[in-house]
Amino acid sequence: MARAQSPRRRLITTLAAWAVALIIFFPVLWMILTSFKTEASAVAMPPQFLSADWTLENYAEVWARSDYPRFFWNSVVISIGSTLFGLAIAIPSAWAMAFVPGKKTKDLLMWMLSTKMMPAVAVMIPLYLLFQRLGLIDTKFGLVIALMLMNLPIIIWMLYTYFKEIPGEILEASRMDGATLWGEIIYVLTPMALPGIASTMLLNIILAWNEAFWTIVLTTTKAAPLSAFIASFSAPQGLFYAKLSAASAMAILPILILGWFSQKQLVRGLTFGAVK
Amino acid sequence: MTKTLRALLGATALITLSGVAMAETTITVATVNNGDMVRMQGLMEDFNTKHPDITVEWVTLEENVLRQNVTTDIATGGGQYDVITIGTYEVPIWGKQGWLESLNDLPAEYDVDDLLPAIRGGLTVDGNLMASPFYGESSMVMYRKDMMEAAGLTMPDAPTWADIEKAAAAMTNKDTGVFGVCLRGKAGWGENMAFLTAMSNSFGARWFDEAWAPQFDQPEWKATLEFYLNLMNSYGPPGASNNGFNENLTLFQQGKCGMWIDATVAASFVTGADSTVADKVGFALAPDNGLGKRGNWLWAWSLAVPASSDAKDAAKTFINWATNKDYLALVASKEGWANVPPGTRTSLYSNEEYAKVPFAKMTIDSINSADPTAPTVKPVPYVGVQFVAIPEFQGLGTTVGEIFSAALAGQKTADEALAEAQAAVAEEMKAAGYIQ
Repeated sequence: MARAQSPRRRLITTLAAWAVALIIFFPVLWMILTSFKTEASAVAMPPQFLSADWTLENYAEVWARSDYPRFFWNSVVISIGSTLFGLAIAIPSAWAMAFVPGKKTKDLLMWMLSTKMMPAVAVMIPLYLLFQRLGLIDTKFGLVIALMLMNLPIIIWMLYTYFKEIPGEILEASRMDGATLWGEIIYVLTPMALPGIASTMLLNIILAWNEAFWTIVLTTTKAAPLSAFIASFSAPQGLFYAKLSAASAMAILPILILGWFSQKQLVRGLTFGAVK
Repeated sequence: MTKTLRALLGATALITLSGVAMAETTITVATVNNGDMVRMQGLMEDFNTKHPDITVEWVTLEENVLRQNVTTDIATGGGQYDVITIGTYEVPIWGKQGWLESLNDLPAEYDVDDLLPAIRGGLTVDGNLMASPFYGESSMVMYRKDMMEAAGLTMPDAPTWADIEKAAAAMTNKDTGVFGVCLRGKAGWGENMAFLTAMSNSFGARWFDEAWAPQFDQPEWKATLEFYLNLMNSYGPPGASNNGFNENLTLFQQGKCGMWIDATVAASFVTGADSTVADKVGFALAPDNGLGKRGNWLWAWSLAVPASSDAKDAAKTFINWATNKDYLALVASKEGWANVPPGTRTSLYSNEEYAKVPFAKMTIDSINSADPTAPTVKPVPYVGVQFVAIPEFQGLGTTVGEIFSAALAGQKTADEALAEAQAAVAEEMKAAGYIQ
């Protein structure tokens, strides 16, 4: 039973929640504000807020200097492609681990997770050589494969957790009613785990969209996504913070909008099974 | 069909085919995001008009990411890039390893003899020009003329470190947030160690003796580091251990620094539209200690063709366009002489129009006073003024840079930092087989 809260306590809790949210969101807010300042205002000390020189020039220059639509399209294809590809592999894998576990299933899950603990740079040369031999460097297909492999352990783990919450008896009943293996997965399991699958999909789209190591190492001109677009605005000599902020805002805006509209789904999926 | 008609048809087909083949040449240029490179991308219409058969695609990356990507690509023979932007540090190392294509066969209009000797020397390996300089730089003193005047001082054209200390003391007013001197403190082989290595040359120090033994335990390095720490702790801005080029540029532009010793290319920024002190800046050579070497460096961002490129001819055509005298004239006609890439060609400095640019003379004097083949007072087995042109230097420079940056932050003394640097460098040099 939920404990009743006094109005004062509720106010304090609300204020604390807003304060934490503001602290977390502040870097993004500051980046967006900086993107509308002149370069001189962007680096002024003490930092300028209301007294800053506001301008739209940074956005105009970033747009003029880069082919933003191409970078954007590459990001869309790579993030959605790698997520769908990953789900196609992860759903049957998680089903097997959740409903017909073997002796080594737990070890297998831990091993998969351990690959995420390895720094990406450790496998840079082997993977680069492999991609080079296969002609996958600077291709969207190559990046879809790479990002799918990078995120597959997380997708499988998340789906495994959701599937474990579904009573096995329901699947057994469907089998007794004559459902095939694929029918059981597609028509019985997937609809029941849809909130979990949706949140996994959203989280992985966000992870793939923001990935900034492999997307820069494995691309040059044709398949480079928005992470490479941002990297092109950092300068060794000369002020660049306002233009870099404008480029960053343009890169994160689509995923920020997606996250905003799907936040209910995301939170429901991420807290799935937290309360029994 | 008559023979003439057949011949005509054949010739037409050949021309069409060759046209298609020419139009298909696409080159990928990997570069960094700095003002001169961005300006070049804006002037591509000229190249496209002159060379409609070559399409240029750009990859612009942050300096360290570019270095990593290009190294990976060349080392694995990937051939992703046809033209790469590299620094003076990489050219001798990569040239020796056979990673770069010789540019000795650039056309006569390129006029290789017009390149500044110091810059050309740093880009030549075994008689082969391995990269063509796009812009060159040294380092110099940029100072506030008004503050010097108010302090009753005059900055000599060729100051000593004692002059710098005296001026810094006179200009510092911590109550108003004005600091006498701003120097690099951020850790990195291309950040604080570029400055400190060049500075150490003027104190008679060196990274290694002729037998590759590290020299951080010698009195010259102690004198260098103690002077630097004392100068910065007494007259530098707070948090200087986090300051690199851009941070100091910001401070100077906002009138918070009396002096800034850094790259000559900064001159166009501190006298540009974003600077609040644009009309109050004077220039002087980097300081010395009367030992025959100044504390200035030598660097050039250059264009090179990786040996793995499959479009070498088109790549060389592009490099010739981007780095010959006509390109300098093109920039001058479109953007003014002050925006011409500096520090590469002798002819630029004999141009009367360019001589009117306030920092032109000091830039060329600074470049000419640096000698990458004899950078130190005592003999050394390496080339490079603010770096040591060996593959291990990136790691060594960054390690030592972190130690010295920590000393500037007050986390260790000069003696502790030098002992730590000596041990770290000795260990690495032993592991690399330079010393027993």
